[in-house]
Amino acid sequence: MNLNIERIDNGETQELKLAGEIDAYTAPQLKEALLPLTKNEGTTVVVDFEGVNYMDSTGLGVFISALKSTKENNSDLRLVALQERVRRLFDITGLDSIIDIESTVRGGK
Amino acid sequence: MESFDFIEMKVPARAEYVGVVRLSTSGIANRMGFSYEEIEDLKVAISEALSNATEHAYKTGDDGEVTIGFGVYQDRLEVMVADRGGSFDLQKIKKDIGPYENNQSIEDLREGGFGLFLIEALMDKVEIKNDYGVIVLMTKYLHENEVDINDDQISTTQ
Repeated sequence: MNLNIERIDNGETQELKLAGEIDAYTAPQLKEALLPLTKNEGTTVVVDFEGVNYMDSTGLGVFISALKSTKENNSDLRLVALQERVRRLFDITGLDSIIDIESTVRGGK
Repeated sequence: MESFDFIEMKVPARAEYVGVVRLSTSGIANRMGFSYEEIEDLKVAISEALSNATEHAYKTGDDGEVTIGFGVYQDRLEVMVADRGGSFDLQKIKKDIGPYENNQSIEDLREGGFGLFLIEALMDKVEIKNDYGVIVLMTKYLHENEVDINDDQISTTQ
């Protein structure tokens, strides 16, 4: 019932690799790691969901804040490698139409 | 009277216990024979209700408890989540819930606005009572015994 967050610094692209569960307990941790990255103009923030096996609306809230921040700071946010279950919440809530989401797990991983 | 098993849990109204209740929910639903997908739906719905209750307790500075009751029936699981905090404006909350629409501006999106919407989307029946604290009563039917639920079903048309 924890969330591990690993940050990979590739200059213009900042990646966060997540593993575990995103809920009311772990969402503040995620927000703290994610929001500062979106504040740098020109940065693309990639969030790797491959290891995330549970998420609820507290997680959606974090990504809404991050999306707002990218609009204010001219940065980009991409969510990649979402499991079907996690992807479904973005679809049900309509957020898939405003957040850049890529569900397929990238090759070789 | 219809017979059922009843399981009750009381946890501190704090976020770190949401996961504990989620695991219990998963165990109960698994024992009843819910499918993997349905168990995932139940886990999200119950976590949403519990997150609301803990957030509520936090805002009011109330270091209280949340009571969770599971009614295990032949054909369905009923889950009740109750907090003792003050009441909230249900009409206002009902008006605020719903999926994101294309004509909405991103600035208007509420970070915490999807909890109740997800509960209604993932469960077959949802009732909220707001007289003494907040009580969320949610029902999910076992698929093979699905009877008589269409009237109460909440549309999840996408």
